[in-house]
Amino acid sequence: MAKVWVYAELNQGKVNPTALELLAKARELGDVEAIALGTGAKAAAATLGKHGAKVVHVNEDKAFDDYLAEPATDALAALHKLGAPDLILFGFTPDSRDVAGRFAARLEVGLISGAADVVAKDGGFVAQVPYFGGAKIASMKANKKPAIVLVRPKSFEASEVGGTAEVKELSVSIDAGSKRAHIVERVVEASEKVKLEDAKVVISGGRGMGGPDNFPLLEDLAGALGGAVGASRAVVDAGWVPYSMQVGQTGKSVRPGVYIAVGISGAMQHTVGMKASKVIIAINKDAEAPIMKMADLGVVGDALKIVPALTAAVKAKKR
Amino acid sequence: MKIVVTVKQVPDPNSNLVLESDNTLSREKEVVLDPGDECGVEEALQLKEAHGGEVILVSMGPERAKDAIRKGLSMGADRGILITDPQLAGADALLTARALAAAIKAESPDLVICGTESYDGSTGMVPPMLAELLGLPQLTVAKKVEVDGSNLKIHRQTADGYEVLEASTPALITVTAAIAEPRYASLKGIMAARSKEIKQIGLADLGIERGEVAETIEGLTDAETRKAGVVIEFDGTALDRILQVLAEAKVI
Repeated sequence: MAKVWVYAELNQGKVNPTALELLAKARELGDVEAIALGTGAKAAAATLGKHGAKVVHVNEDKAFDDYLAEPATDALAALHKLGAPDLILFGFTPDSRDVAGRFAARLEVGLISGAADVVAKDGGFVAQVPYFGGAKIASMKANKKPAIVLVRPKSFEASEVGGTAEVKELSVSIDAGSKRAHIVERVVEASEKVKLEDAKVVISGGRGMGGPDNFPLLEDLAGALGGAVGASRAVVDAGWVPYSMQVGQTGKSVRPGVYIAVGISGAMQHTVGMKASKVIIAINKDAEAPIMKMADLGVVGDALKIVPALTAAVKAKKR
Repeated sequence: MKIVVTVKQVPDPNSNLVLESDNTLSREKEVVLDPGDECGVEEALQLKEAHGGEVILVSMGPERAKDAIRKGLSMGADRGILITDPQLAGADALLTARALAAAIKAESPDLVICGTESYDGSTGMVPPMLAELLGLPQLTVAKKVEVDGSNLKIHRQTADGYEVLEASTPALITVTAAIAEPRYASLKGIMAARSKEIKQIGLADLGIERGEVAETIEGLTDAETRKAGVVIEFDGTALDRILQVLAEAKVI
């Protein structure tokens, strides 16, 4: 049985959802041990156990909360000295990326980043990594041990298996040399609009919106659904909306629960950035548009009539 | 203050990507200075304007990558270093970081600025590896940087806001595109860049051997395509159908 570690990222004491997704995959690949560091690590161990971790290595030193990457790297290195696993999974999140990169460099083993899946093969591991703007999937074989793979969030479904993890105190001393990048304040900008990458619902507009003056219709719908507004490259290039809203190969990749493509034909440039969405709804006047062939629900009609009607219906339902 | 900015030449994000026969991304045509790195160069220039010092651009790539360095020099950076070696073809993140680290170490900078991730590879792994190999703290995903003597403060972009991070220099930071709007190179800057130094060095100069790469591309397949669902006309029941889908997806 392969020995698999999952780095269970904690955010202010809470388990990052990606850690639970990783556990669902890890328990298919071998015996799973999780590492949880910082405030709340012991409490997190119960959750990690339910999701398949047999052992959870914990350490609640506050340095893990207060300093970026280096204390966690020290802890992983200390655990690694006691016995190397075959595979270590990290989430492809900003915090875990910082730790994984440092740790892989310290071990001099390298890593595979941005994977969508990991499979066991010939006694080693192969990661499936979206490539070439997402149109292709590269099979990347890890040549070193441990294989270190960073997996994109939402690549797997988290699920409980109802186990209890053995909790082991991870002994590591964090000295001043690793207490350098100090997090002195965390600022929540609640008033900021929902970020495109994080939104549970994304409503994107294309040329079918007629012009920039009609984009507020999408904002209204996004407001009603608690979502964010994106755009196709065509309308960004036309100067209707800023580049920051562009979804697609040269823009942002999103995978919301629901993606609503309004007046977007569905060129590959756009679809590689949104096709991983759970549910796709397309609103387009052309029933033959490529987007209709990949949408779960395609609605043929005038976007400028459908969108306001939908906004009103959502608002009415909420009341 | 002495600032090193890592820069990379990438395929123009506005052109179509092309694959080589060995499944690596073609970097033969329409190459530009990575737009993310352009922001890093701009931030370095602003820090130099405020605090004095020197801005050095370090890149790894084929000889042609000098064009990317030259672009940064025309914006106002002082000099460049290009690590180029046939043995670096197909280098992974670790080998890239090892080569960059060796070249940067020789400069002993106060600050190393990297883009958060490149436009082409997007693995985002070189900066943390580089920080580890250089023995520097890393302050990542910065949308704002302040320097006061040897004190460094950044705003680190998070999902719902930002974190304020502090450290002492020397340090490595990664910056987002929000950090600074890159300036256009002036004609004067372009002319001046022609006579600025770009030092070219190989792996042997850095005392590095290639070693085995961490990962090998075994094969490439087409990504899964989605199946077509239902297509309906916008009639009396269409709104209810949409609401039903939204409800099933638990967004209303």
